[in-house]
Amino acid sequence: MPTSSISVQQISKAYGALQAVREVSFEVQAGEIFGLIGPDGAGKTTLFRILTSLLLPDGGKASVDGLDVVRDYRALRQRIGYMPGRFSLYQDLSVEENLGFFANVFGAHIRDNYELIRDIYVQLEPFKDRRAGALSGGMKQKLALCCALIHRPRVLFLDEPGTGVDPVSRKEFWDMLRRLRRAEITILVSTAYMDEAELCDRVALMQKGEILAIDTPQGITRSYRRPLFAVRSADMYRLIRELRSLEGADCYAFGEFAHLSMAAAPAAGADKSPAAAMSGIRAFLELHGHTDIEVLPVEATVEDSFIELMKN
Amino acid sequence: MDFVITTEQLSKTFGAFKAVDAISFEVAQGEIFGFLGANGAGKTTALKMLTGLLSPSSGKATVASFDVWRQPEQVKRRIGYMSQKFSLYEDLSVRENIRFYGGIYGLKRADIAAKTADLLQKLELEPYADQLVAGLPLGWRQKLAFSVALLHEPRIVFLDEPTSGVDPLTRRQFWDLIYEAAHEGVTLMVTTHYMDEAEYCDRVSIMVDGKIQALDTPRNMKKAFGAEDMDEVFRKLARGQA
Repeated sequence: MPTSSISVQQISKAYGALQAVREVSFEVQAGEIFGLIGPDGAGKTTLFRILTSLLLPDGGKASVDGLDVVRDYRALRQRIGYMPGRFSLYQDLSVEENLGFFANVFGAHIRDNYELIRDIYVQLEPFKDRRAGALSGGMKQKLALCCALIHRPRVLFLDEPGTGVDPVSRKEFWDMLRRLRRAEITILVSTAYMDEAELCDRVALMQKGEILAIDTPQGITRSYRRPLFAVRSADMYRLIRELRSLEGADCYAFGEFAHLSMAAAPAAGADKSPAAAMSGIRAFLELHGHTDIEVLPVEATVEDSFIELMKN
Repeated sequence: MDFVITTEQLSKTFGAFKAVDAISFEVAQGEIFGFLGANGAGKTTALKMLTGLLSPSSGKATVASFDVWRQPEQVKRRIGYMSQKFSLYEDLSVRENIRFYGGIYGLKRADIAAKTADLLQKLELEPYADQLVAGLPLGWRQKLAFSVALLHEPRIVFLDEPTSGVDPLTRRQFWDLIYEAAHEGVTLMVTTHYMDEAEYCDRVSIMVDGKIQALDTPRNMKKAFGAEDMDEVFRKLARGQA
């Protein structure tokens, strides 16, 4: 039987009238990169705080690395690394001092675990005497990751590491996470960026305290059932508005194109082939005076799936 | 063509550090202009100069035909500003926020009342008019913030990471509002870390180390860099950055 590194069963938490997390359950296997994907207010941070023993749940049970998050909180804290969403380092300490401080708190020595962070720390070494507060966003994030890893945790919690960080630094950060798998550290990471879902082994899509779906990123996109097309013309503003008026259709901006999702079941007797649908869309746009029309069939992304699930 | 923003060799130095290094570009009326760059590339400093909050070290810039250096107060009156971090007062109600911003921009009492009614209806916020903004879902707050930034009918609105942390559906609804405003002739200057949003812009500039390294339509830029999407363009340009 595979052992769960993180086990969450029916966890709930309310703040006054606001139900932040509602009977959420999921399991994360050892060594997995598991993503909690959802917008602000989905309950991601509340879950992180419960799983890191910083907040008591109202109901349900959860364990991390076999330890109960309520009963065994002292032992638990030794085994986990936590990088909260807001910058958590000491701004007035240097890069090196921050790292030393976090190692000390956990009774660890930098040299014992240096191998684990070396890839990341070498990029910070030229700035080791700089105050943490004076680092760029990407560098702060790397230092925070080093500090969360320096006691060699079994499970790593990363709460929105990519928020406010530019795409280049975000990509480098994900490359680092993937390298950490060699150290067999389980990683629970949250993000509001849908494209980051594809970098996780499995994900839970969250919205308003509930899980909409749990699967591999491929499984999530495979379960998207409606015909989906990428459409563009010279006047995108008008195109989106006009395509929305089609029966059973939804249309929204998606990069260079707009994505048009059609009703799942075409009228009885109608030609159901994508080619027929595409020429129908093209004819509709020509009728409305569009120029430079392009219509292509596309595979759904995690973002398309999320939009679809939100509407149900 | 009617330019709402012009900059010529606009620069800002802090000591020996060139935060913004001689940038020159124009933004046309009704254009959605994406202002991109890595963290620390100089976007925020440039935006502060264009909104009259920081004076340039050298070079020139005009916004709505006013000089940002000599006439910053005139500039401020003709622009709207909204960011994810700061926009509305959470301890005020929806109605109070609208009234507050209307007052700040010197609208007449009768105008504020009329605009409040319009806005509440358009955003379908009538039932929530007297609720504190803190209790509204983020997506609603964002739409309200954008509408409030348009209250005094500015010619240009600066949107600084307006959709950070917002769900994908609400993010699209927010872009519907941006498109609509542009359609009505408002110029929009947008910063974002979502590269798919860069594609929604008419033109995009990418800053690297204080300089504008590329400026074009998303389509031409992808062609020039042989890239599949803007994410790839961005990575190619900003590679080697700390």
